[in-house]
Amino acid sequence: MVAIEYYVILSAILFTLGIVGVLIRRNAIVIFMSIELMLNSANLAFIAFARQYNELNGQVFVFFVMTVAAAEVAVGLALMVTIFRTKHSIDVDQLSSLKG
Amino acid sequence: MDANLIVFIILAVVAVGSALGMLLNKNAVYSALFLILNFATVAVLYIILGAPFIAMTQVTVYAGAIMVLFLFVIMLLGAEELAGATKIDWQKPAAVVLGVLLLAELIVVIFFRETVFAEFAELTDFGSPAQIGRVLFNEYLLPFEITAFLLLAAMIGAIVIARRVRQSPSKRES
Amino acid sequence: MSGYGIEDLVYILPIVFLLVWALVLVLVEAFTKRPDVTMLLAAFGLLAAVTLSVIQFGTEATAFKEMLTVDGYAVFVYMLVLASGLLSLGLAYDYNRRMGWARGEYYILMLFSIAGAMLMASAANLIVVFLALELLSIPLYVMAAFVPNDASSEEAGLKYFLLGAFAGGFVLYGVALIYGATGATNLMDVVAAALGTNSPVMLLTGAALILVGLGFKVALVPFHMWTPDVYQGAPTPVTAYMAVVAKAGGFAALFRVFIAAFPSVSADLTPVIATLVVLTLVVGNVAALAQKNIKRMLAYSSISHAGFLMMAFVTYGSALYADAVTSLLFYLLAFTVTSFGSWAVVIALEKAEGKGLDFEDYAGLGKKYPMLSAAMLVFLLSFAGVPPTLGFAGKFFLFRTVLEAGYAWLAIVGVIMSLVSAFYYLRVVRFMYFEQGDPEVRSEPVLNLVTAITVVGTIFLFLFSGPLLAWASEAVLALI
Repeated sequence: MVAIEYYVILSAILFTLGIVGVLIRRNAIVIFMSIELMLNSANLAFIAFARQYNELNGQVFVFFVMTVAAAEVAVGLALMVTIFRTKHSIDVDQLSSLKG
Repeated sequence: MDANLIVFIILAVVAVGSALGMLLNKNAVYSALFLILNFATVAVLYIILGAPFIAMTQVTVYAGAIMVLFLFVIMLLGAEELAGATKIDWQKPAAVVLGVLLLAELIVVIFFRETVFAEFAELTDFGSPAQIGRVLFNEYLLPFEITAFLLLAAMIGAIVIARRVRQSPSKRES
Repeated sequence: MSGYGIEDLVYILPIVFLLVWALVLVLVEAFTKRPDVTMLLAAFGLLAAVTLSVIQFGTEATAFKEMLTVDGYAVFVYMLVLASGLLSLGLAYDYNRRMGWARGEYYILMLFSIAGAMLMASAANLIVVFLALELLSIPLYVMAAFVPNDASSEEAGLKYFLLGAFAGGFVLYGVALIYGATGATNLMDVVAAALGTNSPVMLLTGAALILVGLGFKVALVPFHMWTPDVYQGAPTPVTAYMAVVAKAGGFAALFRVFIAAFPSVSADLTPVIATLVVLTLVVGNVAALAQKNIKRMLAYSSISHAGFLMMAFVTYGSALYADAVTSLLFYLLAFTVTSFGSWAVVIALEKAEGKGLDFEDYAGLGKKYPMLSAAMLVFLLSFAGVPPTLGFAGKFFLFRTVLEAGYAWLAIVGVIMSLVSAFYYLRVVRFMYFEQGDPEVRSEPVLNLVTAITVVGTIFLFLFSGPLLAWASEAVLALI
């Protein structure tokens, strides 16, 4: 059987990729997708640890995280649609009406 | 090299590859599709790790509902064409360097454990809906209720934001 | 369901009441469609929750299988957060209607957010911390974007959303690592397992990631990137609410998690925390010097105050942690009162479409509206830490605690930065009293009431600093 550490390292790789995605992409939707990748990687870590400790707690946490992700997606995409209606762009570099 | 390890490596490569594909692709639709692939791969990993119910939920909720919503919005906004180049170019390499550093640290941290590579207990009914339900409603009742309110708040919020009726500004002044 | 009893509900009655009340208001709003009614009912709900919280003072208990702790510390924060809610309602009352976009959902979302902040103060389980953080934040993303067809507001909402979701990811991964290191997320179990864990480094990393995530939330440097934009773009009552409650909730949870669960890693994390404090103080204050828009200036000032609040945290691992908690709570109280007061004045001068928010608009205020400018003077002095204001008392106690803990250099940095901050606060004073101008002020009973209450609070509560401090010290953090 594959050691748990390998799964957790995979989750760390995905987590880091998510962070890098948030930092380098300019399209707000892709930034949000990178954040979803981060959350998903944490889920993978939870499941792996749950397996290691042979307890279902980790899996239940993933349940909650999925719910939170769904809630965030609803609000986030609503915000993006609204901004697009006003500014016809979701490029975060172009959202600079707030520089003072 | 036993079969388990080979399967894991294949899945890991697909997962990381699809994540990279998501990050690097200019077209937002392709990014979303790569992310769906990533989620599906991770779902398979969940099954291997003894979480069949969560794997099904992952496919249904994450890949099925959330990503479909993403795709819908991407199509709606026509966001697959990206306008505007990045103005500041030093940020990209800096981000990648930071990412690599973080990753190195995490790998060291994770390997720094003195855990025994424990033999996994036999999986009997582990991760089944009944078991998860039992734990969820007995141990984690409070978080469950909190998520209920969270979803309600998010629903109200999303509807308020998205359903803007364009009315003349002076309509409400008395 | 095993293991739960009616006591669980009773212990968290203020939070439960608020949530259920918000549900009732959803129905009320659906049928009456009148924002005024919803607002008044929301205010009533908050007052009722305050009463319920007062009854709780003195309890020390855990509820829901030890996922929540109700103790003096939590109740103190409950009251602060509920009072912030009431003050925000006072600020929003006229503003929302005046700007033409009043909607009942605003108040309902605020109630959810307040409940989230209260849960953060009580959370004794890392998953509850995460969920409460989201419950606090998600309504705020919406409230920041509340002004319809306004690019700044929508932009603020989107930026706050991306920032907040990013932060949540860090917190979550930190919780995952801690779960991996200890097999538990209940703080009690984490503490017990932390002693015998065979992955101490993973525990430390998890704790650090949680610190990063919550640091985003309370706007510490270098996690403050979009905060001034968000503060500027969001409607001002929302900004006022965010500035206080996001910090209150964030710091409350941060303290509880770290003091209760991670005293063992304090030696490793203290230098990091001290660095964050210095960075935040320096960047926040220096950047504020360059601002011309009062909302942005107050935003950077808010960031610098997060630095001061974090300073209370430096001593968390030592024996002086009780003083650390007291100084945090007291400074939070001082900051709440002063902050809301300053935002009330900003609202009084603000006109539609983001006008009336530059320093020049304050010129001549001293001559035309002496009371209002006197109030603003008091608030600015309190921010800068000049006696006889509550802000001075807050800083005094904070610096004294830090000195006693042996961090004299940090206290010196704090004093120097306070002096620097006086520059930009007094710049507003200069405009108010020494420049000519003809400002227009919106004078409205509820708004004036808020200003009056906060001014009185800032000065007179200073006279009662002693008893207040005693109350804060009794706000014991039930050590698990």
